[in-house]
Amino acid sequence: MDGITILLSAFVLSVAALGFFIWSMRRGDFDATSRGATVIFAPQELGHPEDPSRVARPDDSIVAAPEEFGERSEADRSSAPVAFVFFCCAIVWLLVASVAGLTASIKLHAPDWLTQYEWLSFGRVRTLHLNALAYGWAPMAGLGLAIWLLPRLLKTTLKGGGFAVLGCMTWNAGLIAGLGAIAVGFTSGREWLEIPWQVALLLVIGGGLVALPLVFTLQSRQVDHLYVSVWYMGAALFWFPVLYLVANIPDLHFGVEEATMNWWYGHNVLGLFFTPLALASIYYFMPKVIGRPVQSYNLSLLGFWTLAFFYGQVGGHHLIGGPVPGWLITLSIVQSMMMIIPVLAFATNQYTTMRGYNHMLWYSPTLRFVAFGGIMYVASSIQGSFEALRTINAVTHFTHYTVAHAHLGLYGFVTMAFFGGIYFAMPRVMLREWPYPRLIGLHFWLSGGGILVYVFFLTIGGWLQGMAMLDAAKPFMESVDVTIIYLKMRSLGGALMTAGHLVFAVHFAAMILKVGPARDRPAFFHEPAAS
Amino acid sequence: MHSEARLVGGAMVMLAIATSALVVLPYLQLRDVKPPDGLKPYTSTELRGRQVYVQQGCLYCHSQQPRDRTMGPDGARGWGRPGVAGDYYYDHPHQLGTMRTGPDLFNIGSRQPSADWHLGHLFQPRAYVPGSIMPAYPFLFELKEKPDKDDRVVTMPPGYVPPGMIVVARPAALDLVAYLQVLKHNYPAIESPIARK
Repeated sequence: MDGITILLSAFVLSVAALGFFIWSMRRGDFDATSRGATVIFAPQELGHPEDPSRVARPDDSIVAAPEEFGERSEADRSSAPVAFVFFCCAIVWLLVASVAGLTASIKLHAPDWLTQYEWLSFGRVRTLHLNALAYGWAPMAGLGLAIWLLPRLLKTTLKGGGFAVLGCMTWNAGLIAGLGAIAVGFTSGREWLEIPWQVALLLVIGGGLVALPLVFTLQSRQVDHLYVSVWYMGAALFWFPVLYLVANIPDLHFGVEEATMNWWYGHNVLGLFFTPLALASIYYFMPKVIGRPVQSYNLSLLGFWTLAFFYGQVGGHHLIGGPVPGWLITLSIVQSMMMIIPVLAFATNQYTTMRGYNHMLWYSPTLRFVAFGGIMYVASSIQGSFEALRTINAVTHFTHYTVAHAHLGLYGFVTMAFFGGIYFAMPRVMLREWPYPRLIGLHFWLSGGGILVYVFFLTIGGWLQGMAMLDAAKPFMESVDVTIIYLKMRSLGGALMTAGHLVFAVHFAAMILKVGPARDRPAFFHEPAAS
Repeated sequence: MHSEARLVGGAMVMLAIATSALVVLPYLQLRDVKPPDGLKPYTSTELRGRQVYVQQGCLYCHSQQPRDRTMGPDGARGWGRPGVAGDYYYDHPHQLGTMRTGPDLFNIGSRQPSADWHLGHLFQPRAYVPGSIMPAYPFLFELKEKPDKDDRVVTMPPGYVPPGMIVVARPAALDLVAYLQVLKHNYPAIESPIARK
């Protein structure tokens, strides 16, 4: 493979993409009046917030066709048991991942703590943390929200929900076996793919089963237009099984090729699975909560296709400076920078949609979590694009800076967006309001504050570590010594987040066990003024 | 977008392009790379040791990919010349790594050839490197009062072993050290022309 061929194919692809773009313009996909954005609203519902954390029912202030609200309640009822199972699993894995992560974090500045237990050694417990988070919490929450949203978006009832539950069970069985395998040292030894392939097959099958209700529900849809959230979720549901299957084919990958495959997977599971699921949530909940459609809907569609195209090819930036073909690194760096396009498309949308509605952040839990997630998406993606540049990468590669970046994305963005979605969905799933609104506020500040403390300090620590490592006059140990105080602050941030998760879990348990006051008003942080 | 078939089809095409670029093309380009003359296959002991390296997750703190001098002073630190694709011929799973919480280990066998040092360092890193944050691996060793026949006794600096006890390396520790000692990629190697572009 020589440079000319690569350049030529990149050129051909660009021209094809341009042609597609022009064709879309001619078809009116980019009209200024984007009617598609209103498909998630009932007629005349525009301008009326769907109250966060409130059981769907016709509200006196909304003059809408009652049948649409009836349909929405039916849609919510059809998906409730399935979403319930997913959310419960998600909470359990969130707690497991938090405890494992905090343990690993403390071990980095207290290396003789708990060393006598092999399964708790840093190399194991760090991996347990990552896998419980990446294959437990995030997919369970994200897929649960996707399943819950589908009937709403397609204005029908959920079809084939049983497959999703079966898929969820298969997935969790695989995950339990996988985490057990990792704990005893039966690992594939590749980052993000540690679960041995024999077990990973269960996750492929589970993921495929969860995608089936999408197919069945699509067939009975009552809407002409597929809202942008459906695109993101639909693509993610199909992308994941393929990604995970290709990555786990035994005895196929070798040497350096295995490394490029490893990071093709490692970055795509973030970019083509977690990111679209979280974006789908934000694109639904934000407009619904404020009662205003996405302002530049077509920008969101452009964002989808550019994300799908560019994000898939950025993985090579994890191997900059490594023994891999140079063209691959260059390609990944270029596409990393191109990722600015979908990110700006999203940022513009969030900004213009939220403009004039920021006061709602004061009282709406869902909006606050989701908006926080959206901002962190933009921040982490822009950071990631620049991190791929060789000059910056020379400092940050191999350091805690990258770890901070990963947490900004997967926690600050994805996890916070899912929290917001769950706060919106659970009252409809349980037909009960959240019993203690104050706990939601506490959760927000612990999680939001925790991740900011975590990222702020670890970013600085990682940068100093990288600068020390680049200075050949300094002994290597200086690059370790300089990080210690920042690693301790990271543990503090992690402890705050873990505390937030405990609050969340307790509140969730109170919700499903019907403990606490039975409230008949939406769980707001504060009462909205004059509504 | 009105057609779900077009949506899923488009999404899959995008993934296929990415897969071609990052998986299929490297596969086609690198599959004929031969190991350099100076590189020997691992012995069974070394392979077992490599397995211990994988199982303990050494990868999460140690890379195995020295970079060239335009990217960093890896050579000046004694971490060795930049790796070439052929160096990894026998490595499965790959352990290139993405973190340097500890130093690069691609040439640790040249830098630190002593088995005694490695064994003691695994038992208690801080006995050898003050301020190190590497975990201790006490479960790879046994504390005994006196050695049995064939036991590999690890000599530790004073103060790191309970009085009256001795440290004996378990087989996993010995295998791991054998692997670390063989991590010497100091033979001359030029990148195979097919892998360089």
